[in-house]
Amino acid sequence: MSAAAITMMLVAMIVLWGGLALAIWNISRFKGEEPESVQRDL
Amino acid sequence: MSSAIEHSDKHRGAFSSRRVFILAAIGSAVGLGNIWRFPYVAYENGGGAFIIPYLVALLTAGLPFLLLDYGLGHRYRGSAPLSFRRAHRAAEGLGWWQVGICFVIAVYYAAVIAWAARYAFFSVDKAWGDDPEAFLFGDYLQAGDPGIGLDFVTGVTVPLVLVWVAVLVIMALGVQKGIGAVSMFFIPVLFVAFIALVVVALTLDGASVGLDALFTPDWGALGETSVWIAAFGQIFFSLSVGFGIMITYASYVGRRSDMTGSGLVVGFANSGFELLAGIGVFAALGFMATAAGTGVDEVATDGLGLAFIAFPAIINEAPLGALIGVLFFGSLVVAGVTSLVSVIEVVISGVRDKFEMTRTGASMAVGVPAALISTVLLGTTTGVYVLDIIDHFINRFGILLVAVVSMLALSWAFRKTGLLREHLNRDGSVQVGTWWQWLIGIFAPAALTFILGNELINNLQEPYEGYPTWMLNTLGWGLAIAVAVLGFVAARVPWRDATFLGDPEIQAQQDERRA
Repeated sequence: MSAAAITMMLVAMIVLWGGLALAIWNISRFKGEEPESVQRDL
Repeated sequence: MSSAIEHSDKHRGAFSSRRVFILAAIGSAVGLGNIWRFPYVAYENGGGAFIIPYLVALLTAGLPFLLLDYGLGHRYRGSAPLSFRRAHRAAEGLGWWQVGICFVIAVYYAAVIAWAARYAFFSVDKAWGDDPEAFLFGDYLQAGDPGIGLDFVTGVTVPLVLVWVAVLVIMALGVQKGIGAVSMFFIPVLFVAFIALVVVALTLDGASVGLDALFTPDWGALGETSVWIAAFGQIFFSLSVGFGIMITYASYVGRRSDMTGSGLVVGFANSGFELLAGIGVFAALGFMATAAGTGVDEVATDGLGLAFIAFPAIINEAPLGALIGVLFFGSLVVAGVTSLVSVIEVVISGVRDKFEMTRTGASMAVGVPAALISTVLLGTTTGVYVLDIIDHFINRFGILLVAVVSMLALSWAFRKTGLLREHLNRDGSVQVGTWWQWLIGIFAPAALTFILGNELINNLQEPYEGYPTWMLNTLGWGLAIAVAVLGFVAARVPWRDATFLGDPEIQAQQDERRA
């Protein structure tokens, strides 16, 4: 692989997978309010 | 809790937690297009340089539009028609238009899943032999001349019926026990299976040749309009936005959930999976090119050609070919089923809300006709042509058109984006500013309108794939127009007296103040 291809592959990985990791870290800090019980479909 | 929200949660069902919702939304967004469309689109449009327009499209159109769907469904706590109706009396037709599009997509999407399931078994003994293309169209699909026939192909019909039976069971089980449970199990399985596939593909001779072809940047491509169109198109089609799915799923989430944080996870998970698919697919294509002594450009392809012709050829030559086949086609089936479930849920949810039906009743009322139409149209020797035409037209002049109209209507005619922004910010971990309203009201619709106009001109100038005019006029243009018209006709049907048509959030706040 060329140096340019390796660089762009790493950039894509860092941005997209890093973005995902950051997004998961963000919501894990922010619990919010969960429903009290599982609701049945009627 | 207000009676409206209590009714909504108890009667309509709900996801048991934010995690289940996020997995279900990822299951919907990650579909066949992530695996067989993104790698080729990126390769054809600048390679490594494509990441720039792709990111711009994700951040300026994809994620803002995803949050619009989330805001609408979460605020108004209903299916697409009910959410639009609660937003504004005149908006309901947009919701039914989206429901109609989802019904059409479900009809043909099931067929591709059935083919992939069959090919997972074919992989074990490489049943396609030395000529996968001849096998696909001749032995397997038994494709005749373009048209609509009733010559059923057993090898297609049987798995198609089985796919529908499985989907109907999932839908009848409900939001949490059906959709939620399937997503909780299958999305981790999909990611693990695909990672295993990528690891095996990376060990093949020539894998680096494929990756080099995919990631070598062509910076000159950034100056071409077509590359930016491709990036916005890929993001839009990949995220499952604009046709009711995310509205429906967001209506099943707890009232005080963090929707903006969830949206970021879903958006980046979807794009992250696309990148993974690009690496796996092009590593395998690099192996194929090296084995054949040709360039990657000679073997690179997308869609049905990639899945059912190129991959069987790769499986023929590769060590551990059967394993690659089972992992690849198994991933297609899982990604397809979790997406199909979300598509048909838009229809079931709309029918349930409108007619106050039970979950099982609505699942059967929607699922059985869909399964019958699907089997009759797609289980035959002409099914592949029907699928190709419907898919082409409903994506462009169905999904794309309703998305643009919905964004413009909510922004300018009904003026709801300010309210939805406040709603998203109330419990959101990431705050959206007024810039979001500008992106939704001007930038994203402008970008999508440009793509739509381009497609319209192309399709009017040159009949799609040279199909007979009557097929394009009925299954293509005709169906896309009919779905829109029927949507606004359906909006004329009155709601049941028990259905609350106000803003459930306002009522909940009033009830909280009284308590």
